[in-house]
Amino acid sequence: MDTMAAIKQTFFQECEEQLAELEDGLLTIEREEGDVETINAVFRAVHSIKGGAGAFGLDALVRFAHTFETTLDGMRSGRIEITQQIIKLMLRSADVLSDLVRISRDGGAADEARVAQMTEELQKACGIEPAPAAPAAAAPAAAPVAIEPVEGAALVPDEFGFVPTPVHFDFADEQPEEPQVDEFGFAPVKIDFDELLAEDASHTEGFEIRFRPKPELYAKANDALRLLRELGRMGEMEVTCDYSSLPHLDAIDPEGAYFDWTIKLKTDGTEAAVREIFEFVEFDCDLEVRPLISGFVEAPEEAEKVVKEVLAQVAAEEQAEKAVAPVAAAPVFEVKPAAPAPEPVAAPVQEAAPAVAAAPAAPAANAAAAASAPAPSATIRVDLDRVDRLIDLVGELVINQSMLAQRVMEAGIARLSDVAVGLDDLEHLTREIQDSVMAIRAQPVRPIFQRMSRVVREVADMTGKSVRLITEGENCEVDKTVIERLADPLTHMIRNAIDHGIEKPEDRIAKGKPEQGVVRMIAAHRSGRVVIEVADDGAGINRQRVRDIAVKKGIISPDAQLTDAEIDDLIFAPGFSTAEKISDVSGRGVGMDVVRRSIQALGGRISISSRPGQGTTFTLSLPLTLAVLDGMVVTVAGQTLVVPLSTIVETLQPKESDIHGLGEKARVIAIRGSFIPLIDVGAVLGYREVEADPVQSVAVMVETENQSQCALMVDAIIGQQQVVIKSLETNYGHVFGVAAATILGDGRVAVILDVDAIVAGSRTEMARIDANRKRNAA
Amino acid sequence: MPKTILTVDDSRTIREMLKAALIDAGMEVVQAEDGIHGLEVLETCAPDVIITDINMPRLDGFGFIEAVRGSEKHRAIPILVLTTESTDDKKDRARRAGASGWIIKPFDPVKLVSAINRVAA
Amino acid sequence: MTQLHEQSVAGANNELIAFRLGQQEFCVDIMSVRDIRGWTPTTPLPHSEHYVKGVINLRGAVLPVVDLAARLGFTPADPTPRHVIIITQVGRQTIGLLVDAVSDILTVESSSIQATPNVASELARSFMKGVIAMEGRMISLIALDSVLTHNQSGSGLLN
Repeated sequence: MDTMAAIKQTFFQECEEQLAELEDGLLTIEREEGDVETINAVFRAVHSIKGGAGAFGLDALVRFAHTFETTLDGMRSGRIEITQQIIKLMLRSADVLSDLVRISRDGGAADEARVAQMTEELQKACGIEPAPAAPAAAAPAAAPVAIEPVEGAALVPDEFGFVPTPVHFDFADEQPEEPQVDEFGFAPVKIDFDELLAEDASHTEGFEIRFRPKPELYAKANDALRLLRELGRMGEMEVTCDYSSLPHLDAIDPEGAYFDWTIKLKTDGTEAAVREIFEFVEFDCDLEVRPLISGFVEAPEEAEKVVKEVLAQVAAEEQAEKAVAPVAAAPVFEVKPAAPAPEPVAAPVQEAAPAVAAAPAAPAANAAAAASAPAPSATIRVDLDRVDRLIDLVGELVINQSMLAQRVMEAGIARLSDVAVGLDDLEHLTREIQDSVMAIRAQPVRPIFQRMSRVVREVADMTGKSVRLITEGENCEVDKTVIERLADPLTHMIRNAIDHGIEKPEDRIAKGKPEQGVVRMIAAHRSGRVVIEVADDGAGINRQRVRDIAVKKGIISPDAQLTDAEIDDLIFAPGFSTAEKISDVSGRGVGMDVVRRSIQALGGRISISSRPGQGTTFTLSLPLTLAVLDGMVVTVAGQTLVVPLSTIVETLQPKESDIHGLGEKARVIAIRGSFIPLIDVGAVLGYREVEADPVQSVAVMVETENQSQCALMVDAIIGQQQVVIKSLETNYGHVFGVAAATILGDGRVAVILDVDAIVAGSRTEMARIDANRKRNAA
Repeated sequence: MPKTILTVDDSRTIREMLKAALIDAGMEVVQAEDGIHGLEVLETCAPDVIITDINMPRLDGFGFIEAVRGSEKHRAIPILVLTTESTDDKKDRARRAGASGWIIKPFDPVKLVSAINRVAA
Repeated sequence: MTQLHEQSVAGANNELIAFRLGQQEFCVDIMSVRDIRGWTPTTPLPHSEHYVKGVINLRGAVLPVVDLAARLGFTPADPTPRHVIIITQVGRQTIGLLVDAVSDILTVESSSIQATPNVASELARSFMKGVIAMEGRMISLIALDSVLTHNQSGSGLLN
């Protein structure tokens, strides 16, 4: 991949990390658990994003990040007081920043108004008057820039929102006569009119430069020699060195500066170009640049001799070795190079092996860099594709291993023989490999929870409610594939909870509840699955209303007898929506039935429980990974199917006396006093027309997440095994009653039952039969 | 002999951009993530030039430069500071800490190389 | 089982795999063909169209097998071990086509592909991109995307 494209990808990955840090940090500060380092980290996160964005020319992002960063800078320096108000502003700004990042990455249009408004609020927080858009400035030199002392001044941002940083000019280092370099690098040139008028020439042939390094110049590892050389590249140079201040050998300070250079440079270049060469050292030296109107002055012989000697000395310097210290760069005219070196340790080393230094240095440096790579967190980055491939391969391994086991069994090899024992070992190993590999893709749910925190803010804002999100179990790990598909369902549940569940602040107070509502999100591992709870302390489900709507929409008959739990469950029914008008928040035609189906598609279950006046809790139960399943293998109408073990309550052999008819075709089975619908799986799946005889079948009692039970009629139970889940979606599509497929030990494909769909199908069936009956009787 | 440049920046993106530009220019690159890490790397390699960011966790650019200038072994290595400001405030501070020069972000690869050449032969 | 390699086809030459369905011959672009296997029993899918025989296991991947004759509206095939499944890839889907036998690999210039004559049924013609005359035979070129996109509603073969 093209380098820049790869780096851009890295940038966006890094942005995600920085945004997470940002949010984390801000929340920590909000909880008043932050310290100086926290606010610094928050500042750096935004600064980092701005830096990278600048490199890729993402202007809108840069602009907003800059304003955001300025505010954070104010907070970390104490200029802006950190209040809950400010934190909320920061959090909202973080949301906007996140949006801008996403748009920069994926395309799309920004909400200009929102960005502008947030920018304004940030600027107000900084004490800046938001400036009206100014016409684009011409050359910077043309626009006078207001520069004022820091305290109490109104800093006017330019049309990009950049606030000029107040600048201090410290004149202590400089002599008053020196031309002042302003912030654009321009220095007014002193023109000697006499000289000018005296000469004929009307153009500059070059410059006369006076350059006197100060000790600071060398201390910062800058080198007069290099600067002179660079100057020399601009044109012909005549160099004079005044070394009159050079003391005698024993009085020399190795770190001192004793040279005063006068350079006549014949060049077509500009003064700016000359000064640019000295850009880095301008405050560490005395520098004068005067245009040369006249031609070159013939150097007196004496000067020429000095120049030649200096240059010779300089050349000799180079032969010795790369100058280690700044002093070496200042050719000490009459003294041997080695002596005054301030690094007695380093110099001999370098002298000894100047050539050798080159070769080992490079690989040593690389090896060292690699070895000293920080290992505080021992992680490595791996391409997700590779992990996916590995998981696929391990899945194959599992299939192969069970096929082998099957064949061995069929071949009649004794169970206790070496082969069989070896196979058992193989099975254990395979399981372990599988667990380890699954763990690679397992990630904490924290990022999803963090996203929800933003959803809570936005929805609370939109609905005018006050809500707090409390999370627990953020470190709970779940397979990456599951996590990604959790975002939408969770978002929707939270929207619902806030929009419909949590009451308006005044209502809550009237009820004696705290004004701020709480949404609690908890993740935990429970019996091999991941359980996520989303609970609110709102008004709970209005059961009468739900019932009424369900009747109105024909989902239940008017006099259907339903338990509270069953009424609550109605909100998952397709087509059910309590919003009279589609609210902007949870509306848009996405009902809880879609949420349920999304969870089911993950192999999970969702249930609801509610207490009027106190709140509602959604419980999601998800498999740890999408890839494997513990199942019971059964046969139905000559086909082999797999029933997820997690849904099975018990199996039994139905007795004639336990079976009762209901309506024309439906049947129920009596189990310990309650009547459970009996479903012929073969018929539901279209495998057979004629219903099987229950007495000849086995009833597998299953329970869906909302505790509704059903007895599935199958022909026979083959056994239990762990199966690798193969999706049908990619190559085929969704099939009613089928969750996925798997490959059995004998290589054949078997279908995995979607228990919830089948049970739901039957319930609607039964309810419809009920409704029909009532209608017909009327 | 190609120059070895030590780049110190907590942003992976910037590190990679610098690396790409420097390698393009025929130089070798060693990287560090913050000031502390930079000092560790210096123990084992002798770069010709150091390029460092200012805002970094653990030990920031100023602290890092001061540490380098205070070290007998490394004080003579030219250090260029990466700064997003073209104003004198930050440049001043970096200079006072001992930086040899600066590079403005977003950086122009050509300017980057000429800045390096200006401080190291 | 023969594994066919992708060949990059430059210019106007097309490489096609020809096969038989009953008395008629058809062909598909070799670029879409991933594999050719003998018939293996399929696992039927509930509520599937009559032309979907079911799914098979191909080296660990589960893919559907379409009875191409049934799909084109001919008499459904009664598969025996002598029948052949051509494994094809269209977009992101991998699908097996049940045919009687594979007859040939042809190299044909685009100019040799003629428009489909206006006599076959609507259904059949909707799948054909054209016909090729070769040595007295007529070979109809099947558009794979059409085969797989026809059923858009609810469960069944995806687009």
